[in-house]
Amino acid sequence: MRRVFIPNRGEIAVRIVNACHSLGLECVIGASEPDLQGMAAHLADRAVCIGPGPASESYLRDDLVVHAALSTRCDAIHPGYGFLAESPALADRAREHGVTFVGPPTRAMKLAGDKLAARAEAAHAGAPVLPGGEVATAHEARTLAGEIGYPLLVKAAGGGGGRGIKRVSGEDELDDLLSLARSEAAAAFGDSRLYLEKLIEAARHVEVQIAADEHGAVLHLGERDCSVQRRFQKVVEEAPAPDLPDATRARLRESAVAVAERIGYRNLGTAEFIIDARTGEPYFLEVNCRIQVEHPVTEAITYLDLVAMQLQIAAGRRMAIGQDDVSYHGHAVECRLNAEDPSHGYRPSPGTLNLFSVPERPGLRIDTHCQAGTTVPPYYDSLLAKLIGHGSDREHAIDTVLEALEDLDVDGVETNRTLLIGVMGHPDFRAGPVTTDWLERALR
Amino acid sequence: MGLTDDDVREILRIIDESELDELSIETDGFSLHVRKGTGGAEPPSGLPLQAPEGTPARPASPTAPSDGLETIPSPMLGTFYRAEAPGAAPFVELGAHVGPDTTVCIIEVMKMMNSVPAGMSGVIAEIVPESGQLVEYGEPLFRVKPGR
Repeated sequence: MRRVFIPNRGEIAVRIVNACHSLGLECVIGASEPDLQGMAAHLADRAVCIGPGPASESYLRDDLVVHAALSTRCDAIHPGYGFLAESPALADRAREHGVTFVGPPTRAMKLAGDKLAARAEAAHAGAPVLPGGEVATAHEARTLAGEIGYPLLVKAAGGGGGRGIKRVSGEDELDDLLSLARSEAAAAFGDSRLYLEKLIEAARHVEVQIAADEHGAVLHLGERDCSVQRRFQKVVEEAPAPDLPDATRARLRESAVAVAERIGYRNLGTAEFIIDARTGEPYFLEVNCRIQVEHPVTEAITYLDLVAMQLQIAAGRRMAIGQDDVSYHGHAVECRLNAEDPSHGYRPSPGTLNLFSVPERPGLRIDTHCQAGTTVPPYYDSLLAKLIGHGSDREHAIDTVLEALEDLDVDGVETNRTLLIGVMGHPDFRAGPVTTDWLERALR
Repeated sequence: MGLTDDDVREILRIIDESELDELSIETDGFSLHVRKGTGGAEPPSGLPLQAPEGTPARPASPTAPSDGLETIPSPMLGTFYRAEAPGAAPFVELGAHVGPDTTVCIIEVMKMMNSVPAGMSGVIAEIVPESGQLVEYGEPLFRVKPGR
């Protein structure tokens, strides 16, 4: 591997450029027209414009991405997260043309992308899954729902990441919501298969970082708690997951490794679980085939560079560490600073930053593509920066991020800073783990 | 004899300022035919090429620099080809008169050939990339002296 093509933008593109350079690799950014002026394009060895602003005409075109990678003589593609990061079509197309795709094998991507198949594989691997299953007819649904009990969730096999989910409170709603979900799933994912799953009303979201090389080694790098969410989107993440019994932690880690082994997973990935806050029981949710937004909290406490690991694994190297070499140091908390307008339901707030100044302090890491003058285009997610605090314990980590949020200077777009400060200072959050419905209740 | 792009621009300027309506220049391996005002003869379009669905819109602001030339920007990233096939005659040469629907080149993306229309009327004054070169979205392909 010599030169890496990065068809992505924002802070993750900057992160990958830096990882490439730290390994002595050249890199080419494939940017949309508005992102050609961005930080990643400036830092990379070269930037090419792959299309106009709308992602459907640029970052989501696997033909343009592979053509650009080949034409700029790149021998690898690192897709980042979002866009085509979990696209088997991009992985196949790249590999057919001799370009290394930095990610898992296509078969593992397809299994993970089919949430029903992933559920079945996880169960085979011995991971705990929620009561539920596929339902082809309204009759089947009523029978299964009777066994599971209400409330429950109707989920789309092609969904995932919080999309394609409906809550059913009782039997009277089931028929209508099922047919609505089926037509929505067919339209959104091209796959009308549905399944029912028991709804855990008070749940924590805990995920395990997986790393697997091409030589059969599969490791976990500990877990992250991502329970602070708004509308199924993560807002704050931390590692390790606080206040988890040792037995639960071990169960999560073992399950994650077993699922990864069973589906032939390679490179870095995440097994997501929910934990029933009432019973403490964990349940497998899904596998994510990408580097995640929240990977820095794992990096902070393991002292590992996960993006560099991705590149080295994709290049065919053996992992330099074994499971016993993975150690955990202190606690890390990440806040996602988004360009959102709190006075209008946190809708995206594009614009140009007149001012963007982030403090420097011990234990603080900031991953960003922003500086004064940066334009936040309307086409993409609104993430401006990730503020990651690392300290000897959870309180120190929280305080580090809190002080950074208070010292941050940002002007030109609306942000969710006040919300983040509110979370960091909230007695519920500071007391320990919260559940995924906590933030929306706390906002009221 | 080789004409530089500046030579062609100069010729166009002279014709524009003259009272001539039509001019033909022929030298070894080069011919230039310019007709003012009227639409002029257009090369046949309607090539057996398909524009893919969802062909992106042309970049919003083709540059209009002070020399009065307009730019045909690349509608997509891909490999620029001046002719339909190796050895075939180029779609357009310097000095060619084009209309909005005249095919001026092909952009190839993963073996998919996309014909590019001029999108404007005028005379080709400059061909910017080399045939076979990667062009990016919005990159200038041709410079055109506008006119009907």
